[in-house]
Parts: sequence; structure tokens; C-alpha cells
Amino acid sequence: MGIEFRGVGKTYPDGTVAVADFSCTVPSHRTLALVGSSGSGKTTLMRMVNRMVDATTGSVLIDGRDVRDLDKVALRRSIGYVPQAGGLLPHRRVVDNVATVPILNGTSKTAARAAAMDLLTVVGLDHSLAKRYPGQLSGGQQQRVAVARALASEPNILLMDEPFGAVDPIVRRDLQDQLLQLQAELGKTIVLVTHDIDEAFRVGDEIVILKTGGIIAQVGTPQEIVAAPADDFVRDFVGTDRAERNLKTVDIDGKQVVVDGDDRPVGVLR
Amino acid sequence: MTWLDLNRDLVLDLLGRHVRLAVPAVLISVVVAIALGRLAWRWPRVGTVVLGISGLLYSIPALPLLIVIPVLLSVPLRSETNLIVALAVYGTALLAGTAADAFRSVDERVREAAEAMGYSRTGLFWRVDLPLALPVLVSGIRVVTVSTVSLVTIGALVGISSLGSLLTDGFQRNIREEVATGVIGTMMLAIVLDLAIVAIGAALTPWQQRRTKKQKVVTA
Repeated sequence: MGIEFRGVGKTYPDGTVAVADFSCTVPSHRTLALVGSSGSGKTTLMRMVNRMVDATTGSVLIDGRDVRDLDKVALRRSIGYVPQAGGLLPHRRVVDNVATVPILNGTSKTAARAAAMDLLTVVGLDHSLAKRYPGQLSGGQQQRVAVARALASEPNILLMDEPFGAVDPIVRRDLQDQLLQLQAELGKTIVLVTHDIDEAFRVGDEIVILKTGGIIAQVGTPQEIVAAPADDFVRDFVGTDRAERNLKTVDIDGKQVVVDGDDRPVGVLR
Repeated sequence: MTWLDLNRDLVLDLLGRHVRLAVPAVLISVVVAIALGRLAWRWPRVGTVVLGISGLLYSIPALPLLIVIPVLLSVPLRSETNLIVALAVYGTALLAGTAADAFRSVDERVREAAEAMGYSRTGLFWRVDLPLALPVLVSGIRVVTVSTVSLVTIGALVGISSLGSLLTDGFQRNIREEVATGVIGTMMLAIVLDLAIVAIGAALTPWQQRRTKKQKVVTA
């Protein structure tokens, strides 16, 4: 299972070009992070995969099959989708939110709910939350439910639209750790949209940094991008010149201590 | 009230007729208004025209409407159908705008996420949009119900029996208790139906209840 963007573009009827000409391949079981500011077309690109947006030029292929040849509804049900904050169904209890897609696919309610309870455990939520409504959960808990819901139909592909954007930094880190842990076990093909370069570095195997209009500024692994930013735009976006990315070592009592540009300690070199 | 004691059967009969006129009219209004509201929500330009026209219908005086409908639908002037249709016209006019607002009140993020999960268009309407539009819709239905119950009395002027008949009869024969019974009975029926709708609305939107309770706990 892999996703290929083949020269895709999206121009809206009013002439706005969201994405001009974008090509990129996401190998199976890998995580691609699409990073950029608003207007970079990152969300548009992700939405082309489940046909929430149809490309006006080029095509998106899943396992070599053009998504345009697939039925929209069936395609979407086969892909896990983790929305931004506020994307849960507010009128459905947590367990029913998680069970949504299996039930749409014809699984019996009892079986889907039982599976949903297991998934709550997988994403680290207590079963006592199952009967609550999303409005009664914290932002972090809601996004855990969203991840569980996306996994419920056992999809090969996960699309994540700024999934942890609205939670506080500590919770965000927890959620990212959990995603990494799940990904190590499940090996989904993930397309993650974020404006947070640190999040992209943490969870992305490969990163695409986008300029306005879906133009690729740089593609590479986090290491490659940090080591050799393609241009000033990337350098600025990644913050290569920021103090926390400018590390050096100082010798303290025989230990090599890593400090940042402001001489604040970051860790010890082994 | 001696008059009421002597005429209990009559009053109960008229009350029953009143309910049988008001309830179908409200139900028709709700269904038609949801359809129009959905239309207006989906295609705003068409919606402006449709909602404008339906608003205009509300300004038609009741008596002429009760004379025009029998001509258009070829039903007898004194038939219940005549009055029910007239009330449904007013009810729809009153509710269509609210129905459009109700659909607009649904969080776009929720709709989009539901669509991206794989809800079909009909599934999206019945299982996402409609339930989430309920809170606003219910507030509109309450207004329509109260207004319809009181409008039913107008039917008495063309001879369609309801609690309104107590008003016409009481005025003509100068029986004050009869008029009072008609007025109070109509108001009480409106209140009872209103409370019933509040209860049904609450039962259909349990997530709203839970949220308010939680907020109360938080502020306490």
C-alpha cells in the first residue's frame, strides 16, 4: 500500500490556485508529514487522497489505482481519518463515535461497540469514558477518541488533519508519543498535515515542506532537512538559526554537555 | 364554574377537535419547513427567494385564505382539511427561516469530519445534520405550536368546530363563562403541547442535557 501524488493541481472555479503541480510518493507503512503555513495547500493535498477535494489536474493513486476510479463513500470508509479538534460527532457517545465506520460498513452494533471498547484501551482511554459525550471530555481525550475512531475500520491508510493542533504542548507530546507507539505496532501509511515543524520532525519519516500554492520547498527525512536546508525559506521555517537548534558541546567535569545557542543545557553526549 | 359543569362533554369534544386540527397542521409545517430550510441552506440564492415567499404567505389574512384554499384544493369550506392546510401554510412560513438557521447552526467541522469518514449524502442528513439541527429546530417548533393552537380558533368563524366555537358562541349568546373557558382552554392546550415538545426535544437531544449539567457542576 502506497500513495502517489502524480502532478496534482487544484484550481478553484474562482481562479484561486491552491496547489499548482505537486508530485510525491508515500511508501507503505511510512509517515509523510505535509508541513506549511496556511495557504500552502497542505490540507488540500491530504484531502485529495480521500476525495474530499478532487484534483483539477494530475491524479492521486493508491496502490497504483487512481482514486477517481473509486467510489467516494467506499474510498472514505476504507481510509482512517483523524480530524482537527471538534470533529467528533457531538451527539454520539464516545463508544458510538469510535464504532461509526464499522457500523456504516454493516458490522452489527454489538460487535462494533465491543471492538470500540478495545480501541479505547489501545489509545489509553479509561472505559468509564465510553458512555460520555465528546463535550464532556478534555481536548486531549477527544483527540484520542478521534484516533481510535480512525483505527476502527482497520484501514491501511490514515489521514491526519492537524490532529493535535488545539491541545496544550504537554498533552500534544503525549499524543505524539502515542501515535509513534501505535505506528510502530500497526505500520499504517500515514499522511499527516501540520503547521508545527517540531511535530513533523517527531512523527514524520519523510517531510514535505510546502510554500504557498503547494510548491515543494524541500522533501527529505528530518535529519536531511536539519542538516541541509534547501534554501532560506526552509532555513527560516525550520528555524535552523534559532538558538534551540544551534547546539554545541561543552566539557563539564569530563562530561560532554550539549548546550543550545543561549548556553542552556539540552542533554549529555554519550 | 357552573357553565363548565353543565357543558363538560361539549368542552371535551371541542378540545379533542382542537387537538386534531392543531397537531396535523404543526406536523405538516415541520416537515415542509425542514425541506424548505434544507433547500435554503443548500442553495442560499434559491433559499432567499423561497424564504421570502414563505414569509409573504404569513401576511395573508386568515379569513381570505380559508376561502381561497377550498377553491384551489376543491375541499368544502367547513372541512377540517381546509383549516389544517391554512394553518400549515402559516406554520411553514413561520418555521422555514428557523429551519434554515438550524442547519446553519451545525458545526462545519463536524459535518466535514463525518463526510470524510464516509457518510453518504442521505446518511449525513438523517444521522448528522438533522439531529444536530434539533436544538434550534425545537425552539422554532415551540413557537409554531403555540401560534397554531391559538390560530385554530379562527376556524370557528367559518364553522369549523374547536375551542374557538366557545368564543363565537359565547360572544353571540353573551355567556361570559363560555368565552372564558374558550380562552383559558386554548391557552392551557398551548402550554401543555409546548411542555410536551420541550420534553420530546430533551429526550431527543440527550447530549445537550449532559453538557448543561456538566457546566452547572463546573460553575458550582
